[in-house]
Amino acid sequence: MGRKLLLEHIDKPDINTMEGYIRHGGYRSLEKALKTMTPDAVTEEVKKSGLRGRGGAGFPTGMKWSFLDKSTDKPRYLLCNADESEPGTFKDRLLMEKIPHLLIEGMIVSSYALGCRTSYIYIRGEYMFILRILEKAIAEAYAKGFLGNNILGTGYSLDLHVHPGAGAYICGEETALIESLEGKRGNPRIKPPFPAIAGLYNCPTIVNNVESIAAVVPIVNDGGEEYAKIGIGKSTGTKLISASGNINKPGVYEIEMGISVEEFIYSDEYCGGIPNGLDIKACVPGGSSVPILPKQLLFKQSDGSPRLMTYESLSEGGFATGSMLGSGGFIVFDEKACIVRNTWNFARFYHHESCGQCSPCREGTGWMERVLHNIEYGHGKMEDIDLLWDIQRKIEGNTICPLGDAAAWPVAAAIRHFRHEFEYHVKYPHRVFDADHVYQPEMKMQTV
Amino acid sequence: MPKVTIDDITIEVPAGTTILEAARQIGVNVPPAMCYYSKLKGSGGKCRVCLVKVTKGSDRDPRPMPKLVASCRTAVMDGMEVRNVTSPEVIEARRGVVEFLLVNHPLDCPICDQAGECHLQDLSYDHGLSKSRYEFERRTFERIDIGDKIQLHMNRCILCYRCTQVAEQLTPERVHGVLYRGEVSEISTFIEQAVDNEMSGNMIDVCPVGALTDKTFRFKSRVWFTKPMYAHRDCPTCSGKVTLWYQGAEVLRVTSRKDKWGESEGFICNTCRFDKKQTIDWTIEGPADVDRHSVISQNHYELPYELPVNQKKLSN
Amino acid sequence: MVEVSRLLSHYPADRQKSALLPVLHIAQKEFGGWLNAESMDYVARLLHIHPIEVYEVATFYSMFHTEPVGKVLIEVCQTGPCCLNGAERIISYIEKKLNIKVGETTRDGMFTLKGVECLGACGYAPMFQIGETFYEHLTEEKVDAILADMRSKNS
Ligand SMILES: Cc1cc2nc3c(=O)[nH]c(=O)nc-3n(C[C@H](O)[C@H](O)[C@H](O)COP(=O)(O)O)c2cc1C
Ligand code: SF4
Ligand code: SF4
Ligand code: FES
Ligand code: FES
Repeated sequence: MGRKLLLEHIDKPDINTMEGYIRHGGYRSLEKALKTMTPDAVTEEVKKSGLRGRGGAGFPTGMKWSFLDKSTDKPRYLLCNADESEPGTFKDRLLMEKIPHLLIEGMIVSSYALGCRTSYIYIRGEYMFILRILEKAIAEAYAKGFLGNNILGTGYSLDLHVHPGAGAYICGEETALIESLEGKRGNPRIKPPFPAIAGLYNCPTIVNNVESIAAVVPIVNDGGEEYAKIGIGKSTGTKLISASGNINKPGVYEIEMGISVEEFIYSDEYCGGIPNGLDIKACVPGGSSVPILPKQLLFKQSDGSPRLMTYESLSEGGFATGSMLGSGGFIVFDEKACIVRNTWNFARFYHHESCGQCSPCREGTGWMERVLHNIEYGHGKMEDIDLLWDIQRKIEGNTICPLGDAAAWPVAAAIRHFRHEFEYHVKYPHRVFDADHVYQPEMKMQTV
Repeated sequence: MPKVTIDDITIEVPAGTTILEAARQIGVNVPPAMCYYSKLKGSGGKCRVCLVKVTKGSDRDPRPMPKLVASCRTAVMDGMEVRNVTSPEVIEARRGVVEFLLVNHPLDCPICDQAGECHLQDLSYDHGLSKSRYEFERRTFERIDIGDKIQLHMNRCILCYRCTQVAEQLTPERVHGVLYRGEVSEISTFIEQAVDNEMSGNMIDVCPVGALTDKTFRFKSRVWFTKPMYAHRDCPTCSGKVTLWYQGAEVLRVTSRKDKWGESEGFICNTCRFDKKQTIDWTIEGPADVDRHSVISQNHYELPYELPVNQKKLSN
Repeated sequence: MVEVSRLLSHYPADRQKSALLPVLHIAQKEFGGWLNAESMDYVARLLHIHPIEVYEVATFYSMFHTEPVGKVLIEVCQTGPCCLNGAERIISYIEKKLNIKVGETTRDGMFTLKGVECLGACGYAPMFQIGETFYEHLTEEKVDAILADMRSKNS
């Protein structure tokens, strides 16, 4: 059994309450940080831990914190990114739903490190039931003196609020999140300036994923060095993986970084293998945005050594033969799954979620969806495959925010590794309508 | 002052200058701009036609930038080296952007009032392909009047956001904006409402395409049959410096004066624009400078594209 | 109103526009599940912003409806991971059962079936959301029971 730093007590029935949480060792890091450490010392521990952002980009959290502009007397803000909308990702939900106080504890300690007086948790609007859980937990924390004025008599004060989104994947992008929190459309900002200099209300701001902030709690409790002992190389600590698709045991697993992909998929401790005696065909290891990997590239790196669940190993080989750890949304496809259909499905997702500010993403995502729809529904031409390749290439890297890339990569990877499936669809249009293609929505202009 | 080199020409510019502005100062091989407008705060960054390659970030940090950058929103650094027309990658990406901009464009130039002064038309001449690869139905919207002077053809809009910035920055209350999102985003008032304010007419001048047009001018003439003259008057509201567009002795239209980059030299008020259409209202200065490349000066005009299939649209 | 002033207190005094999303959620609930121009204008006055700022936001976010919806809004996930576990079958089942397509409302105004993107329940697919509740591991029997229950609660 791997060590669990975040989900260790998830099965305790009262872990969602203040008493239960404290009984199982909760809020120790709060006492420790506020009473015995300076804010910079907390940041130092986070740096030592090697923690990398769990929202998708994997940027070192401690380093991000050190970019926060402390030279002004403007307020500083810590925003927790609980927008969790990347298809295949549902780990933050579990953490907030079951152990809300872990996030709140992390928010208080992190806000202390960053010198924030007000912090927000931006949660996707569809998680309204979790917003209520968090608000209840926050009220308990105020009652206990963990939030509000003069926390634990240390002189440090903090207000924490939960802010709901309203249905927009793009609001997970940090500057779109900030715009949304300001009551605007979720249009990503053009950077620079970066949020650490001018973010929410033009003030220095840090945006971190739920899991990143929760990880600060064990880091402060046990020390950054202890945390860094888990994992391999620059992938330290534990990671929550949301496993879905064609596996026997879908769910959220906390893994030690560095177990092998093979173990993760086949061990009974995790996914438990592929159901119905089928073989695996492919896997999207880090949420819908990252490249899909066919079976032959999934388990082995290009040097023949086993591929591991780490940032480095999953991206080994670049996009030619690798992928990314991303948000840890691990989607498994069995041998019967249709890659074309899934690629179309994802393309529809990005088309629907484009904010529409910049032309390559606004026009290109819809175009890709339509071409893919044609191929999937038996109206494709061989040239369409090259056309798709060309469209994705002209979106990638040319947009304001990474949603353009996120829309381009899955299409590129599907064509790179599964071109034969696209060709098959074009050649034998009538054969692809098997039982798994029962649902045939009409293609129309997407509305919001 | 930082020095920047664009396509092998070096220039010194004040700190904070963007690559695009520096290129404009050099004056040759200037990246095109469809959304950036130097006189509108916060404009730019959206259309992506001005993308350039930064091959050297600065003397202090000479690493190249990993992606192409929007030259209109990227400040120069001392020692920066930039490639615009000398980079095949930039040309390729720009062609891609132009194609994207045309994907949903109705290509109704023959009946569009902007034909001849349309920046998208110029761009497609310079970068476009001869035939669109987009085989699907284009998105269409109803044409709407926003007040009695301005008409909105949303089909032609490229969502540059300039008109919303005009409303935000020049008028006391913005009543129109961008609604919905993604591909179906549209400029609208939501509830049909007149955009009515002394400076609202400037939306027409900043619109790079024929999406916002002067209703008082529509269909009276093609621009290249009209003769532009500079004129001015003593106006209590604006600078009163305008271009009068004549056909024979008749003033068909009044606009602000455009600089070399197609931007208004100074915004003008609606009184000057819509109500002063007599020669006696104005002091005439002489013929306007019209950019040599423009179809207006060449007095000719052809379609950059084959006509789209949906010919029926041409009849409305 | 108490709730609105509580929300407003979360943001700096000169940044009350920040409360727009949470306030619109409340307004939508109060005004029958969708937002018409009057309710949006009301919200604009409440937050001292121009109506267009509300329209722009309300039309951007997929959870806000500017057209009427049925009494029971079924938001069914149609994204890839759910489809790997039978979401498409469940969607066609609901379509047949209610005799509507995704995006439509039943004639009696009871149900609207809306296709939505990944709701963070991919491991518990297929799933839909009604109100604030997630219904997961859906089967045809479960759908029958839920819809019957909804119908009786809402007639
Ligand atoms: C289109 C898009 C969607 C994103 N969605 C999320 C999200 O739902 N949750 C999240 O934590 N990060 C998301 N991110 C990443 C954030 O922009 C940001 O990198 C992250 O919140 C930083 O936190 P971290 O450093 O702790 O990972 C998204 C990024 C993009 C471009
Ligand atoms: S890439 Fe897409 S989502 Fe991002 S800013 Fe551009 S249009 Fe919006
Ligand atoms: S109407 Fe014209 S100015 Fe306004 S956004 Fe569209 S193209 Fe730009
Ligand atoms: S002009 Fe620079 S992005 Fe539009
Ligand atoms: S794909 Fe349906 S909940 Fe994620």
